[in-house]
Amino acid sequence: MDKVYIISVFAENKPGRLERITKVLAEADINILAFSITSTNGFGIIKFMVNKCQEAYKLLKERGFTVSLNEAIGIEMKDQPGGLYEVVKILSSKGINIESASVYVAETRKKAYLIVEVEDTNKAMESLKEENLKFLKPEEIV
Amino acid sequence: MTGAQRGEILQNSMTYGLFTGAFIMHYGAEKVGILVIPAGPGNTERQINLMRDFGTNMLHVTPSYALYLASVIYDKGFDPKRDFKLKRAYLGAEPYSEETRRKIEDMLGIDIYNCYGLTEMNGPGVGFECPYKSGLHIWEDNFLMEIINPETGEPLPDGEIGELVLTTLNREAMPLIRYRTRDLTRIIPEPCSCGRTHRRITRILGRSDDMFIVKGVNIFPQQIEQVLMSTKGVAQNYQIVLESYDEMTVKVEIDRELFDGKIEKLIKLKEEIIDKIRSATMVKPKVELLEPGTLPVSEGKAKRVIDNRTI
Repeated sequence: MDKVYIISVFAENKPGRLERITKVLAEADINILAFSITSTNGFGIIKFMVNKCQEAYKLLKERGFTVSLNEAIGIEMKDQPGGLYEVVKILSSKGINIESASVYVAETRKKAYLIVEVEDTNKAMESLKEENLKFLKPEEIV
Repeated sequence: MTGAQRGEILQNSMTYGLFTGAFIMHYGAEKVGILVIPAGPGNTERQINLMRDFGTNMLHVTPSYALYLASVIYDKGFDPKRDFKLKRAYLGAEPYSEETRRKIEDMLGIDIYNCYGLTEMNGPGVGFECPYKSGLHIWEDNFLMEIINPETGEPLPDGEIGELVLTTLNREAMPLIRYRTRDLTRIIPEPCSCGRTHRRITRILGRSDDMFIVKGVNIFPQQIEQVLMSTKGVAQNYQIVLESYDEMTVKVEIDRELFDGKIEKLIKLKEEIIDKIRSATMVKPKVELLEPGTLPVSEGKAKRVIDNRTI
């Protein structure tokens, strides 16, 4: 099983923040495959899954952003009704709590991945080993 | 001094507790033979009910709350002159302008008197306005007052602006000699039209240190700084922004190295800072977490307190 990585960027809840971050990625020719924003009163965290994650992480850090690299699991699901349900049913049966999630649509109407951050990535992957699930491999992220 | 008499009713809407404001007025009023309703602050609905049920003649309240109370009374459709027996209000614990005084006086149809005091001198009543409302008479039989240059410590002649220094004349257990209040004012040497010979001071014009007052509580930036220094997850740079007299906002940059992409941790961090500042200062702050490098870097003496309040 392979882990994937998510880049998390701290941002104040103000206009222009997302623009500044995505500009850096665009200029470095980095492709965003999945992304999510969690915000609370006044601040938030923007999460990206990108094709060149180490490079993106280093670059954002150099540019002064408050950024971290987090482990995640990408689980394949069918891009059709019931696709998400089938996957989360298994996660909940194993008692795995999702801390954050985003979706990477690999092939529209065919194949998508649920990208989740959980409390203990290794433990979660171990408990999912026996399940009939396909996991996203780092080399598939292009 | 302001016409309060035995048999009248005072509604004391200041905070009872570790704050001298409410108690000194309470005990003083009882000594005169005034009935005191120890209402405490807040719960405006109940304040209005108490005022109507008891026929409150006097209020002891902060200026910002007086203004709010007056607007609620209007919004509820009361006619203050018909529905209440209010005659006067004593305002203190926060600075406020002459315009605010007149506005509340007009809204409620009452007289408002300004009061000066400090906890170290037992609280309110070090100085009080008379019906001429032109400066606060200091009880010079109880306090020796001087105005000094805060930089040099040299006494200044009457009329010049400087720091008020007080010496207690009647206190026995803990006399204070030439106590520096850090409050800036000037003495009005001319005799008052009311005939009292105790000299007056003007409203407090500012502070000679960086202390500020929120909700009637004295706060030093150092208290906030100590909390932030002892909190893991935030950087050293911070700013205190004051937009009103009952709220302070503490802006603090998060520590880049300790960021791990988890929002729950940041929410917890924010709550931890709020709790710690509340227990250090007795005032619950608003806290804003900022990106590192957002706040201006201190050049020499950092400007930690941004006071945008107008009086």
